[in-house]
Amino acid sequence: MNMINKDNNMQPQKRSARDFLELVSGKPWIWAFLAAGATYLATLLVVTNSAGAGALLYAALTFASFSVIVGVGQMFVVTLGPGNVDLSIPATMTLAATLSLKFMATDGALIVPGVLIAIGVGLVCGLFNFSLILLLRIPPIIATLSSSFLFQSLAIWSNRGVRVKPPELLAQFSTGGIFGLPNVALIALLVSVLAWCVLEKTIAGRWVLATGQNKRAARLGGVPVNAVRFVVYVGCAVLAGVAGFVLASFSGGANLNMGTEYMLMSIAVVVIGGSSIAGGNSNVPGIWGAALFMFLIVSMLNSYGLGAGVRLMLTGLIIVSVVVLASKRRHQI
Amino acid sequence: MNREHLRILLPVLSLGILLAAVFYMQPRAMSYFGLNLLFNLAVPVALATIAQMMILMVNDIDLSIGSFVSFCACVTATFVQTDPVIGYGILFAAILVYAAMGAIIYARGLPAIVVTLGMSFFWSGMAVLVLPSPGGSAPDWLRALMTAKTPILPVAIIAPIVIAVVMHYFVKRSSLGVLLRGVGGNERAVARSGWSVTGLKAFAYGVAALFCVLSGMALVGLATSADANIALRYTLLSIAGVILGGGEFTGGRVSPIGAVIGALTLTLAASFLSFLHLSPDWQIGAQGAILIIVLAVRLVFTRREALV
Repeated sequence: MNMINKDNNMQPQKRSARDFLELVSGKPWIWAFLAAGATYLATLLVVTNSAGAGALLYAALTFASFSVIVGVGQMFVVTLGPGNVDLSIPATMTLAATLSLKFMATDGALIVPGVLIAIGVGLVCGLFNFSLILLLRIPPIIATLSSSFLFQSLAIWSNRGVRVKPPELLAQFSTGGIFGLPNVALIALLVSVLAWCVLEKTIAGRWVLATGQNKRAARLGGVPVNAVRFVVYVGCAVLAGVAGFVLASFSGGANLNMGTEYMLMSIAVVVIGGSSIAGGNSNVPGIWGAALFMFLIVSMLNSYGLGAGVRLMLTGLIIVSVVVLASKRRHQI
Repeated sequence: MNREHLRILLPVLSLGILLAAVFYMQPRAMSYFGLNLLFNLAVPVALATIAQMMILMVNDIDLSIGSFVSFCACVTATFVQTDPVIGYGILFAAILVYAAMGAIIYARGLPAIVVTLGMSFFWSGMAVLVLPSPGGSAPDWLRALMTAKTPILPVAIIAPIVIAVVMHYFVKRSSLGVLLRGVGGNERAVARSGWSVTGLKAFAYGVAALFCVLSGMALVGLATSADANIALRYTLLSIAGVILGGGEFTGGRVSPIGAVIGALTLTLAASFLSFLHLSPDWQIGAQGAILIIVLAVRLVFTRREALV
């Protein structure tokens, strides 16, 4: 399929339109990138100087990175099938960031253990979530919802409203960049490349997809379904922990509502990115397109000088319209 | 005792145990005034929970309830108070928007979770536009209604009972209720037998919106003012309330009485903690813990149910 497309592309002009359509229909994630590109151009209508254009792209890459890291985790969870969503991502992010930053206490020598603590918190949160799902057979949405209440309380209790600053070195790293790319984007890129390899190239990835398409068939076909779900939920929480850690380092400290917007964001990037919310059919590239799109919308509306109310309203309308447009019509009215 | 009764038993028991614990620790709560204080804020939560139940009944989930209730509260505290005609017009239009959303979600086969998440931005934005900074005031009649001194039982007890009974008859006894639960159970079967599933979904969403409007109004009646974030917690509380009350995510298996009891239980959980002299840090956590405990106990029940 890919080979054919490549060959066709070599012929000039004539078939390019049809190729394009073929490409679009075959790759659901194209839409997210198209939308992001259109939004970027629409913003540039206002931001005319070239320095602004570069800065906007840089900022978009930076802020998209956090969404990508949590989005990848959420994508694997959503892939598991209907009803699988992790709503504890914001709470896990906050808890991991709070505990690790508190532990480091601005001491640059403790960065490595700090990262390990963030990962550890993610592991524990994921284990807790999955034990609720497997042992108590609570539907994942409610399980992660109720555990997020617990994580949130823990974070409030340990944080006490104080904003702990990250170590200087860490703050420099997370706000800096190399090769003209922000460091956080490189982390997110690494995460997404790994996720892509796992999903597309390994048996484990096929197992996740198979589980999402038909759990019973997968189990009968020899897929260790519960082990797959276990790894996916724990992995998602670990990624949330890492994202919380990086976000807190980037934004100069952990605070209690730092994760709030990532509840919507993590789900939105998965779906706008062209993965099926019903599971069993996911892709990694779309997450990047959708994450960039989500940031660029907000900055576009900002640069048009709109107030907070209008901005929120339009963001909502645009998300809904993208979802409506990207859907394939299923029911006759 | 049939399955339906078994299903409602657990929510009733959990509310009873919690209430007994509260009364044990603070006997003075066992009075007209005490009950009113304990359950005062339960009325808007119960209304929002019923709204969420309508959506879960048709196999969807609504993550925009919190921001929509906030929006309704903002409209109530501003337009309904100053220009009632415009105010009610806005609320009515909002209900139509909700119904249209339900129709579109079904007609285009969209994931409700994403559409409602997107719409939550929309409603938050509208709320900010209507009421940029906290304020406004409650219409007098609303204030009077929510704080009325009714004989024998306080409003905070009467209102949930009325809501539960009315909705019970609508959902469990009326033919429309059966159809709506049918959409949750097997939408294709409902469509094949000649009903418009699009219309039914739109109707379910419209009823949900109506209850959100009532919830927002009740909230303003109690709080006397509003702000754009006043009810954001309701999204999660309403889902938790329905599930606590014995509802399921799929299959149209919901219970209005259970949902109201679930909402009361969650509200009571917060009061319970303050009686325990636990730090407010743990309030949210305790709601989570109660949810987990009840669901764990339900596991035992459902196992037995499977045997029956």
